[in-house]
Amino acid sequence: MADNSFPTMEGPFCPLPLKHDEQIILGHGSGGRLTHNLIKEIFLPYLSSPALQSGDDFARLTEASGELIVSTDCHIVSPLFFPGGDIGRLAVCGTVNDIAVSGAQPLYLTTGFILEEGLPVQTLVRILESMRLAAQEAGVQFVAGDTKVVEKGKADGLFITTTGIGFLPKGRIINGHQAQPGDVILVSGSIGDHGIAVLAERGELGFSAKIQSDVAPLNGLIQDLLTAAPHTHVLRDPTRGGLATTLNEIAAQSQVGMILYENKIPINPAVQAACEMLGFDPLYIANEGKIIAIVPPQEAEAALNAMHHHPYGKLASRIGEVTRNEPGRVLLKTNIGATRILDMLAGEILPRIC
Amino acid sequence: MDLSLLNQTLRDESQVKAEIEKIRRILTRRWVLMEICGGQTHAIMQSGLDQLLPPEIELVHGPGCPVCVTPLELIDKALAIAARPEVIFCSFGDMLRVPGSNRDLFALRASGADVRVVYSPLDAVKIAQQNPDRQVVFFAIGFETTAPPNAMSVLQAKRLGLKNYSVLVSQVLVPPAMHAILSSPHNRVEGFLLAGHVCTVMGYQDYLPIAEQYRVPMAVTGFEPLDLVRGIFTVVKLLENNQVRVENAYARVVKPEGNPAAQAIIQKVFQPVDRNWRGIGRIPLSGWGLRPEFAEFDAELRFDVAAIQTHESPLCIAGQILQGLKKPLDCPAFADPCTPQNPLGAPMVSAEGACAAYYRFARSSTLSKEG
Repeated sequence: MADNSFPTMEGPFCPLPLKHDEQIILGHGSGGRLTHNLIKEIFLPYLSSPALQSGDDFARLTEASGELIVSTDCHIVSPLFFPGGDIGRLAVCGTVNDIAVSGAQPLYLTTGFILEEGLPVQTLVRILESMRLAAQEAGVQFVAGDTKVVEKGKADGLFITTTGIGFLPKGRIINGHQAQPGDVILVSGSIGDHGIAVLAERGELGFSAKIQSDVAPLNGLIQDLLTAAPHTHVLRDPTRGGLATTLNEIAAQSQVGMILYENKIPINPAVQAACEMLGFDPLYIANEGKIIAIVPPQEAEAALNAMHHHPYGKLASRIGEVTRNEPGRVLLKTNIGATRILDMLAGEILPRIC
Repeated sequence: MDLSLLNQTLRDESQVKAEIEKIRRILTRRWVLMEICGGQTHAIMQSGLDQLLPPEIELVHGPGCPVCVTPLELIDKALAIAARPEVIFCSFGDMLRVPGSNRDLFALRASGADVRVVYSPLDAVKIAQQNPDRQVVFFAIGFETTAPPNAMSVLQAKRLGLKNYSVLVSQVLVPPAMHAILSSPHNRVEGFLLAGHVCTVMGYQDYLPIAEQYRVPMAVTGFEPLDLVRGIFTVVKLLENNQVRVENAYARVVKPEGNPAAQAIIQKVFQPVDRNWRGIGRIPLSGWGLRPEFAEFDAELRFDVAAIQTHESPLCIAGQILQGLKKPLDCPAFADPCTPQNPLGAPMVSAEGACAAYYRFARSSTLSKEG
């Protein structure tokens, strides 16, 4: 025969098992050898730490002093990669930032992966490398993890859950209930970048936009800020729902009013342009690398100055004040000098018709 | 996009206030003006312009919110069509939360219907090309502004020979609605801000006879604070001088004849028909429907949705609001129980709806009412 390179089904024939190292298959979640190989060869090189290397089902951590701060976040972004980041960086930064806004230093992360059958291993590796870099930048260690695989169509590539653990120095009280009339409201930079970057990458804008997501670990920025303004009352990262929704949450928690100045809120011109065309309000667009800081007036200048000296706070701005009026309500002084309500986001953000 | 015009001129506090001062200087009495377009209502409330105007100027909000005036029976038809398993139902995002008799498109999507938000009807045509075994229906609503792209989608589907694309049409027109408002015995409107985007497409010649017939001056008006103040100034000046004219206060965008290419596309696909307006009722020749030669793209004919029973909330006063007879704050259901999360009527849904604009931007003045 001219071509005998392919075995035929005629005659005795025992096919070799195929190697499954290019894409995720259900067996990778079976708990057997494939799972072990996946963890040892793919996960551990990126998410290594003494606790993970031990191979036990638990992590024993050195006790640190202060109060324990714990936070969990699930990440389901589509597309997995977008300008300025990817789901891996997002999964690390989201949880690091949730710990950091308590005033604690995040130290440890645990992570759970739901992988969809068929996910290219190369994609997973890119994401793990991105997680490694983000964790390194934030100074946190992965100490425990788990992986499951679901059938094709039951997940969107992969979902990542991370839990963070940090320690809060005794006596430090920073949370959404602490805002007081007279406090100054600061934001660490331009808003709306992440949400618009992801929309643009999805091709949903109908035009291309050179906008980078701001996804970043903010614990370094926050530590600098707290050194300069140790009596900071509230810190929060305005993620889903954007600046407007986050400030409404804080106003309700602290039972205070707020006044913001529209012309002081930093917005990247490309983000503004995209929002103008689609009828979005950037104040409701998600951020992943910004913090709102509410500080006593005597520390506001120092806080702003500290943020300006950090790479993630160069465009930090004083955007408003906490007031005694109308507890729970956020007001906006508009560009033309009128005052109106700045409400929470109602449901999904919908583009305008005309 | 050049943002400097927006940020340094059209939204500049000192220029807006200087223009308002011009209005103040010529005012001798109270005037009631209507802004036709919901986009303008939104812009007025979002910028807080209403607070800066002299108290003698009362702005009432017109019916120009396409989401608000789309009749209930059409929304129920949309829900019936979208519920069919073979259908991919495409819509502008705003329509998803508009309550039908029993539910909305969001709820339908949550229970498994394939409802998709598109930014342009041409995206729906693309979806039809990519899914030859499914029926793709686009909810073609809107005023003269959405008509050209909606008509274009039908032309494109015809050119591509698509058998799985259709449109559920609810195109409405501004001039017949103005006739309806002005001929009402309860009318209070003394001057109009014409919708800049509608005039961009259609021009403003059609408004001259209306202005003459009812003796109301009008100004073609844009959407930024300075545009709006200029429109208001133009109308107030005409009123104070007892002149009836249609002037163009948005000349950087609008030409008297409009956009002839867009009008040609509309003429090719659509013809004038009577339309029901939600909250207002039937207005003769107040909309566009597909011409007979495009009947194959008519979703109402393709799917059997003729016998629809509708049920409107008895609490909602949307009709009076859309005709400028009442303001959202006059409604006993405003903010309780009617909210953007739980709307009883369409004006509480769309960003362009007067009730939603009041709810989002101006609730403070109702604090005592909310108790």
